[in-house]
Amino acid sequence: MFAYLLNRLWQSLVLLVLVSIIGFAILNLAPGGPLSQFALTPGMTREALDRIAHQMGLDRPLPIQYLDWVWRLVQGDWGKSYRDQRPVLDIICGHLFATLLLMVSSTLVSILIGTWIGIKGATKRYSLFDYTATVGAMVALSIPTFWFGLVAIYVFALKLKWLPAGNMYTIGDQSLYDYAIHLVMPSLVLALVNIAVWSRYMRTATLDVINQDFVRTARAKGLTPRRVLVKHVVGNALLPMITLAGLQLPTILGGALVTETVFTWPGMGRLFLDSLGYHDYPVVMGLLMFSAILVLLGSLIADLLVALVDPRIRLG
Amino acid sequence: MSATMLSPSAVAGAHWWRSRTIRRFMRHRLAVLGFVMISVMIFACVVGPHLLPYDELFIDLRARFAPPLTGAHIFGTDPLGRDIAARLFNAGRISLLVGFFAMVLSTLIGTVIGVVAGYYGGRLGAVLMRFVDAFLSFPSIFLLLALAAFVKPSPFMITVIIAVTSWMEIARLVEAEVRSLRERDFVLAARMLGLPNAWIMFREILPNAVGPIIVAATLTVARAILLEAYISFLGYGIQPPLPSWGNMLNGAQQYLDKAPWLAIVPGVAITLAVTSFNFIGDGLRDALDARSDLS
Repeated sequence: MFAYLLNRLWQSLVLLVLVSIIGFAILNLAPGGPLSQFALTPGMTREALDRIAHQMGLDRPLPIQYLDWVWRLVQGDWGKSYRDQRPVLDIICGHLFATLLLMVSSTLVSILIGTWIGIKGATKRYSLFDYTATVGAMVALSIPTFWFGLVAIYVFALKLKWLPAGNMYTIGDQSLYDYAIHLVMPSLVLALVNIAVWSRYMRTATLDVINQDFVRTARAKGLTPRRVLVKHVVGNALLPMITLAGLQLPTILGGALVTETVFTWPGMGRLFLDSLGYHDYPVVMGLLMFSAILVLLGSLIADLLVALVDPRIRLG
Repeated sequence: MSATMLSPSAVAGAHWWRSRTIRRFMRHRLAVLGFVMISVMIFACVVGPHLLPYDELFIDLRARFAPPLTGAHIFGTDPLGRDIAARLFNAGRISLLVGFFAMVLSTLIGTVIGVVAGYYGGRLGAVLMRFVDAFLSFPSIFLLLALAAFVKPSPFMITVIIAVTSWMEIARLVEAEVRSLRERDFVLAARMLGLPNAWIMFREILPNAVGPIIVAATLTVARAILLEAYISFLGYGIQPPLPSWGNMLNGAQQYLDKAPWLAIVPGVAITLAVTSFNFIGDGLRDALDARSDLS
């Protein structure tokens, strides 16, 4: 267990370094590099630009700049926003809650519905339900999230007037109910793709488990089909789902960006787009790095959870 | 896999449409449906603009927000009075071409990296595959948008950045496939003959991995069309007046109440195209997988 843990941590660290190299490369890909913010200032001269470049240390060799940049990231100095000069990390953390709320609620919903569909599809294989679920999942994977959001807004907000069309709360009324009702549509829209993914994987995982010897033994010793399913099949089929949840994180985060845009949800995705619009590269780069770190952390936690739950790894 | 690619019947000169792969594909009803749908869409996008009475850029301010089926506007008009059908078909050309060429490029990148990593293995392979993992740690839309903000948003550059952010799955797949083939006897024989490494990688090993690559490439077209739609919808993809399915949806949200067809028509087109490619990919997976006969 300890060796596994150490190995896994080491892997994450290596990935983190590579992620930071890619991030640094993109930062330097920007036209004019990190200097572009000053190049547009009226009355800017070549000499003044060179002076600023020198002050910012941009005339040093790239590897040194990279190390310097990483060192500042580690210390929590992620630069300042061009827009309002606030520290990037503060701005991102200010938007973290809204995104996490959206991601967590939609992931919970999609796991519940997705695993249910997957189990039912696997136990009633080749039935009408199974076939519909399979085709439905493939269509759901093909629908652009933002367009599904637009259709949902049209139907449920504009025509039926059941739910608000956007935002996280009504100004002046920030009750729990108000938050909840604003959360319903975006989290369900974001959940759609994930329900499809979960149901496909859960179906495969259940089918894998259902044909194994210990399930036959459980049946043979006379357990009710329900008990076999709940205790022996589902428990084991859910195990790979934890890993999958970690692997799905980038997709869910990316989906949240688009969903937030459609529903004017004040999360990291909206911040990302706003910052892009203002050419606020420190915030853009910060969010890029932050999301990658979040993803690495998520998959690390998922793997540790698996190790904790699975005795083959815990004791091995 | 090799049996599929060079089945005895094919060698004997039998008609290719009777090959086992084609027969299996034809049995997959959804895949056939997808193939028919995408063929119809490609045909409509190629021929459509020539048949319609309107140009996709023709602005008619008297006919703004005409709902579908007004006069000759089968899908209605947009806020500038431009014919949506004409825009849809022209947009389809761009979106499908971007999707196709992004697939070609990303398959190329992914295959080369995967083959090199899988064949040489060791430290080089490990470093390459860790880079693949690192790229996969970024949500692809974030990466895509960050790059899109830096480049000139021409259809060519959009294609390139989509490819640059979606080659990783193919690299992973090819690496695993090549690694499993590396120690086979025919590779050892080729080595013994003193053939150069490049020849062994791309002429001996790679043809045996073509099946999974074709499947992944088909699914990559679907993904690329979706990604183009995402970034164009957000305003960083194909730029107006050039229409694409994504940027047609760009202004649709503010007119959702007044003119819902602005959002519905291009969205259905995207969904149909992406679904078709996903269906085809699923069918190809069954058709090209020699093992699927057993189950």
